[in-house]
Amino acid sequence: MFLMGTYVPNTAAQQRAMLAALGVDRAEELFAAVPREMLVDRLNLPEGLSELSVRQKVSAMAGKNRVYPTVLRGAGSYRHFIPAVVKSVTGREELVTAYTPYQAEISQGILQSIFEYQTMICALTGMDVSNASVYDGGTAAAEALAMCRDRKRNRAYVSACADPQVIETMRTYCFGSGMALELIPERDGRTDLSAVSLGADAACVYIAQPNYYGNIEDARATGEAAHAAGARFIMGCNPIALAVMETPAACGADIAVGEAQPLGLDVAFGGPYLGYMAATKAMFRKLPGRIVGQTHDAEGNTGYVLTLTAREQHIRREKASSNICSNQALCAFTAGGYMTAMGADGLRQAATLCMSKAHYFAGELEKTGLPRVHTGEYFHEFVTKCGDPVKILRALDENGILGGLPVKDGILWCVTELVTREELDRAVSIIKEVC
Amino acid sequence: MKLIFEKGAPGQHLSLMPPCDVPEVTLSRPRTEPLNLPHVSETELTRHYTALAKRVHGVNDGFYPLGSCTMKYNPKINEDMAALFSQIHPLQPEETVQGCLEVLHESEKLLGEITGMDAMTFQPAAGAHGEFTGLLLIKAYHARRNDAARTKIIVPDSAHGTNPASAVMAGFTVVNIPSGEDGCVDVEALRGAVGPDTAGLMLTNPNTVGIFDRNILEITRIVHDAGGLCYYDGANLNAVMGVVRPGDMGFDVIHLNLHKTFSTPHGGGGPGSGAVGCKEFLRCFLPGPVVTRDEAGYHLTVPEHSIGRVKDFYGNFSVVVKALTYILTLGREGIPEAARNAVLNANYMMKRLSEKYAMAYAGPCMHEFVMTLQDLKDATGCSAMDIAKGLLDHGIHPPTMYFPLIVHEALMVEPTETESQETMDEVCRVFLDLWDLAHQNPQALHDAPTRTPVRRLDEVGAARNPVLRYTGE
Amino acid sequence: MNFPAELKYTKDHEWFKDLGNDTALVGITDFAQSELGDLVFINLPQVGDEVIADESFCDVESVKAVSDVMSPCTGVIEEVNTELEDEPQLLNEDPYGAWIARIRDISACGELMSADEYEAFVQK
Repeated sequence: MFLMGTYVPNTAAQQRAMLAALGVDRAEELFAAVPREMLVDRLNLPEGLSELSVRQKVSAMAGKNRVYPTVLRGAGSYRHFIPAVVKSVTGREELVTAYTPYQAEISQGILQSIFEYQTMICALTGMDVSNASVYDGGTAAAEALAMCRDRKRNRAYVSACADPQVIETMRTYCFGSGMALELIPERDGRTDLSAVSLGADAACVYIAQPNYYGNIEDARATGEAAHAAGARFIMGCNPIALAVMETPAACGADIAVGEAQPLGLDVAFGGPYLGYMAATKAMFRKLPGRIVGQTHDAEGNTGYVLTLTAREQHIRREKASSNICSNQALCAFTAGGYMTAMGADGLRQAATLCMSKAHYFAGELEKTGLPRVHTGEYFHEFVTKCGDPVKILRALDENGILGGLPVKDGILWCVTELVTREELDRAVSIIKEVC
Repeated sequence: MKLIFEKGAPGQHLSLMPPCDVPEVTLSRPRTEPLNLPHVSETELTRHYTALAKRVHGVNDGFYPLGSCTMKYNPKINEDMAALFSQIHPLQPEETVQGCLEVLHESEKLLGEITGMDAMTFQPAAGAHGEFTGLLLIKAYHARRNDAARTKIIVPDSAHGTNPASAVMAGFTVVNIPSGEDGCVDVEALRGAVGPDTAGLMLTNPNTVGIFDRNILEITRIVHDAGGLCYYDGANLNAVMGVVRPGDMGFDVIHLNLHKTFSTPHGGGGPGSGAVGCKEFLRCFLPGPVVTRDEAGYHLTVPEHSIGRVKDFYGNFSVVVKALTYILTLGREGIPEAARNAVLNANYMMKRLSEKYAMAYAGPCMHEFVMTLQDLKDATGCSAMDIAKGLLDHGIHPPTMYFPLIVHEALMVEPTETESQETMDEVCRVFLDLWDLAHQNPQALHDAPTRTPVRRLDEVGAARNPVLRYTGE
Repeated sequence: MNFPAELKYTKDHEWFKDLGNDTALVGITDFAQSELGDLVFINLPQVGDEVIADESFCDVESVKAVSDVMSPCTGVIEEVNTELEDEPQLLNEDPYGAWIARIRDISACGELMSADEYEAFVQK
């Protein structure tokens, strides 16, 4: 029988020869330990397909999605310009098909790229130490809470203005660990720290910067209040905004985390993305996951290794503070390539373009009768009031524009450097017609 | 090799961003610190990353028998298919993402059939993340039944280190039970360990020494009779996919490593996907949202008693597309054929290497086997590490070293089904030559590798004086 | 291998130096450090922590392993040797000089051996 692609190179004759070397007739005999009554008789799966047929089948599925030429929606997933060179270098087969760099001598490329990534995350955040990355922004934030927990301090205070998905992920992790999570209420689209009193059990305070509504928080004051209560201060920051915004280090953060998807990763229906985590020197040993360090070999050549590994699950087992083993190496490699391609000036330009266009668009929306809900400074997202969001979003949709996300008080808009002024003007004129 | 920060010169850059076509806005409290990112030309950038790639050994570069990691060939069509979905925003209206939801729904159906599970979430991003998620399902199940006494998770001492770490993250206490002499669960020890405080058991089958536990039905029954649930660590599913199903072994919840068993690449350590499957009675606890289907199409819904999200959006979606592509390619006959060949290849190598190397457990093995080099070390001074480093000079990625912990001087070999007899013959010859070399010239192995970009690195120095970023000094 | 006569030893390879007034210094033995190999970090206990005889009160890390250090006695941590945080290699180089903690208010001790007894114990 001719099987479709199993990717098994051995011919039937070779398989027979190997079986003969083992002294058995059929491969099934090698499964003698499996109780016979459990063996699968016939899987209810479709027949295997040729590559051409698979391509057609999966392409047909992809064809049922809609790709919007213009996107004015963010809320945790951001379409940015990705330079061609980033795609070209991150498609390298050696990297794509390798696993974790257990054998440092033949993994220097991955290890060095992570070391460079760690350095760039430190540059961006101002923090002392970065890990090799974790799954995404939500899990990075959840892991950050756990870093702050000790016997006496078991309560995390989390801004209600953080991304609801991030808050939910934190809640799930806290359900596991038993850490208490208390929300700090919102007022005018910002964290209202005056509404809570940080007790002696306060482990940490978490805010997002800019927050879910795009607003810039008074991070310094929040950090001071956290520290005054003996708690740690965690900031979840948009990495592109960090090119123009006060760094978490400057704001007194003990830990900086965030979703690094904006650094060169496709929106890709939500993943894979990249969680970055960085900390002060005082806290770096509590960072979960992989960390790469610089060292040398016996001949004095500089090289890189996974280091501080005794913190990790494969050694500490039930005493490890996190179970994470892998990082998002290929995504971190991409983010490193993106930051290198952009450079400091490019990243600042991208951030300024995002912010300026968002402000231009907000101004135009206000003229059409959709004013901002909140006051104060914002980055590239903002919430406007909105009479009938369904009508507005449908009108935009019919013109190939993915409008903002409906939220509690209106619509959450996002503008990145990908959107031209003409597209913004066009969106405004479409909205005018239905308002 | 220089770091990217040591290349180029201030002023070198790429031209990527257009001028601002609206009035520029700045923040009242801007960044004041310099932003020290590299400054290189596009030429330099490309060469740097190309040079980095050349200093990596992937499956495409050569044999990669890293036990427990299933480093099988990564079909290239997987990447092409994933790219078809790259521009879909995760918060688009449901009716505009029907194709994405179909991918998730189809994958759930097909993987459910392969594993014998009724429902699945693709949110977990990796195996460890899947373990955590699955254990929370167990926790929520007991909590919902007001059975607060079930606080313990039983883990065999041969387990992956993630198992106990995940159990603790999920708020459980870990009870380690010793393995029997055959590397399998000591059934009497298990019987003694279960009780009214048992929340569940975590097990890999075939286990971490590459043996299918023939007592599996009795094991899962003991746990169920005590009121606990059974968790299947899917790390080793490649040995048995399409041959026997975890659901039929008595497991209630499982995780899969789509990046191992289902051929999506490992990416140098991620992104992966640790899909979690469960039996019907646990479906209501799954992280939300999950995909449901009715006449109108596919929908995203949150299960009634969901434990909550474990990750943003729907998991590493692109990885799921790749796994689905692979399953569609192999199909009903190809899935078990891959497993049979994985097992055949492992037994073939085990047989050939048995000529000189001592095996930790007698064959036949499943998809991987564990050698113990304690005798070699005693006789020659050459350790499992030395043999591993010797392999590097032959362009071969070494097996997993020093795991499982219950075997001394362990090397765990997993060739996978995508390696040919010729490749394995060649690799076995190298292994056997190194065994001879250990006897003739052990120093040569202590000194290995010599042909790699760097020699053995000073890990002690790296840990004692951590240098974790470039500081320009 | 060095077994100073003025110290007491545990079967878990810690040493105990009685300072009088229910106070003692504790550390790991020469045998322990040689078995553990190059140590790269120590997780010191906190001053004020209550410790219990034969229970773990801190751990030491090598590149490939982490090992618990058991307390020889029940008491309260009075002082820790913070020098070890930056120079864990002292545990290897001078195990009897590199005390880990000074313990006060000692109310009980685990089973302690003399130098001769311990030497015989490790040679078994």
